[in-house]
Amino acid sequence: MTGGFTIRNIVTVALLVALVLLPLYAELAGQRFLLTLFTRIIILALAAVSLNLILGYGGMMSFGHAAYIGIGGYAVGMLAHEGIFSGFVQWPVALLASALFALVIGALSLRTRGVYFIMITLAFAQMAYYIVAGLARYGGDDGLTIYKRSQFVAPLDLSNKVQFYYVCLALLYGSIYLVWRLVNSRFGMVIQGSRSNDMRMRAIGFPTYRYKLVCFVIAGTLCGLAGALLANHTDFVSPGILYWTRSGDLIIMVVLGGMASAVGPLFGAVALLVLEEALPFVIKLLGTPFFGEAAARASEYWQIIMGPLLLLVVLFARGGIMGLLAKVRAKERA
Amino acid sequence: MSEPKNNPMLQVSHLAKRFEGIVATDDLVLNVEAGELHAVIGPNGAGKTTLIAQLSGQLAPDSGHIVFAGQDITQLPMYRRSALGLARSFQITSLFLDLSVLDNVALAVQAHAGHSFRFWRDARSEPQLREPARALLARVGLGARADQPASLLSHGEHRQLELAMALAGQPCMLLLDEPMAGLGPEESARMVEMLRALKRDLTILLVEHDMEAVFALADRITVLVYGRVVATGVPEDIRANAQVREAYLGEQEAGHV
Ligand SMILES: Nc1ncnc2c1ncn2[C@@H]1O[C@H](COP(=O)(O)OP(=O)(O)O)[C@@H](O)[C@H]1O
Ligand SMILES: [Mg+2]
Repeated sequence: MTGGFTIRNIVTVALLVALVLLPLYAELAGQRFLLTLFTRIIILALAAVSLNLILGYGGMMSFGHAAYIGIGGYAVGMLAHEGIFSGFVQWPVALLASALFALVIGALSLRTRGVYFIMITLAFAQMAYYIVAGLARYGGDDGLTIYKRSQFVAPLDLSNKVQFYYVCLALLYGSIYLVWRLVNSRFGMVIQGSRSNDMRMRAIGFPTYRYKLVCFVIAGTLCGLAGALLANHTDFVSPGILYWTRSGDLIIMVVLGGMASAVGPLFGAVALLVLEEALPFVIKLLGTPFFGEAAARASEYWQIIMGPLLLLVVLFARGGIMGLLAKVRAKERA
Repeated sequence: MSEPKNNPMLQVSHLAKRFEGIVATDDLVLNVEAGELHAVIGPNGAGKTTLIAQLSGQLAPDSGHIVFAGQDITQLPMYRRSALGLARSFQITSLFLDLSVLDNVALAVQAHAGHSFRFWRDARSEPQLREPARALLARVGLGARADQPASLLSHGEHRQLELAMALAGQPCMLLLDEPMAGLGPEESARMVEMLRALKRDLTILLVEHDMEAVFALADRITVLVYGRVVATGVPEDIRANAQVREAYLGEQEAGHV
């Protein structure tokens, strides 16, 4: 986010503006499904932004980040199930529960490094998965339907799809700004220094463990917020939202968008989820003239194309989409 | 200048460290006086880096005590020792390669500017961090490279940057692990001049293979072989010491012929 009219900044601003205008387009074009799709994208982008804080900036390869989506989501779902619908209760509880969970997991996992760190965060997230799957009172494996969305004061009504979209968008933009301020502050410099060379950080006098722990808790809390939003969006929570493949999706969004860029995860989330929607359709469209029926069947296996596509980005566009956009500018200058 | 002032800055007593059967530090006793430049020499594998690692807190000794400026620091973690004014440089350069040269030093300045739980203000526009960092870079001759990524510096410049970072906390003692390693003759000469200047304000423990530099700079020299101190004394005594010549210097001189 350095100033100036670079391709990267122009594309970023264009995306941010496009998302603000999207409900208008969806309404005019009569494509209401776009509003639903992009609400989901925005919520998952918020989760990816929070993961990026620890993964992209802090170098902490957490493989259990979906756990906080689950905790935030279940906090809303369980309270609603008990007849407490006020968002002023639900949301703080969701954030606090996520923060506490992050504090415990972080305190234990941040003492380890590398593969151990990945495995411990994964193990805790899977533990959370089995715990909620075992909560018979709250639907167990089948999940829990939420009959009423979080209640706030009068004009604000989350059941209104357009209003809810803008609430999610505002929280996403707020989070991106928050992360951007954080990573460039003194605190953020410690986090980035520790990603770069943790031992040296300790040698020059930083107790890096506590800084990383605070960072871990902030990221978990922010992701808990995404969970609260997701529960409201789907009017439903199930153990599936904290399964490990979810954590994997979030990592892909961060890597695809470009680590160590505050807006990168938004690009990653948009790219991944739009591709997910569009690939089966594209395969069918391009393949039918040549392969007829076979193309329709092949389109069910869109993941076979998605996998290598992601691999290409990781191999050839280190720095993800944001890295690519920065390179466009470099080539122009050359 | 070279006679003991009996004002110890660092006292190491009966320090021992083993790695699976290898005795890397063996009942080591070492005193460094305030204001002196104390060189530690010895053949490869003598345990010099291991000694520095224990002094800085990177490695815990098996037994023995380390007293720094009157305080027993044997159990203190690395960051606490650094806060007390004991700074180190690394034999293998250890920098923040994906950050700018100025960021590297600014981080070192920040480390000594109180806690860093400051979440909002842009650290890269704080004069309290950037100005001292620029001054330090100028002091080690890297002023012109401040805004480049640290990864683009040459090996010699990395050494200079290491030094700037070690100086950021205004330490009273520096632990330097082979600062001349891999430097060309010109860069080495520059480093010697820099250390000569630093020596006026600081106590320095210098581990170094470059004998010319050691004999030019050191007030006293300790010779380490197999983790043990075989001699400590002023440079003339060390040069004359038969045991040392046999164990170390002789072997080197023979190698040179
Ligand atoms: N982490 C380690 N694990 C096992 N052995 C080690 C380790 N570090 C050093 N050593 C051994 O300890 C001895 C001293 O090593 P070192 O302190 O690096 O020597 P120097 O710096 O004097 O060349 C060597 O025999 C080395 O192989
Ligand atoms: Mg060594």
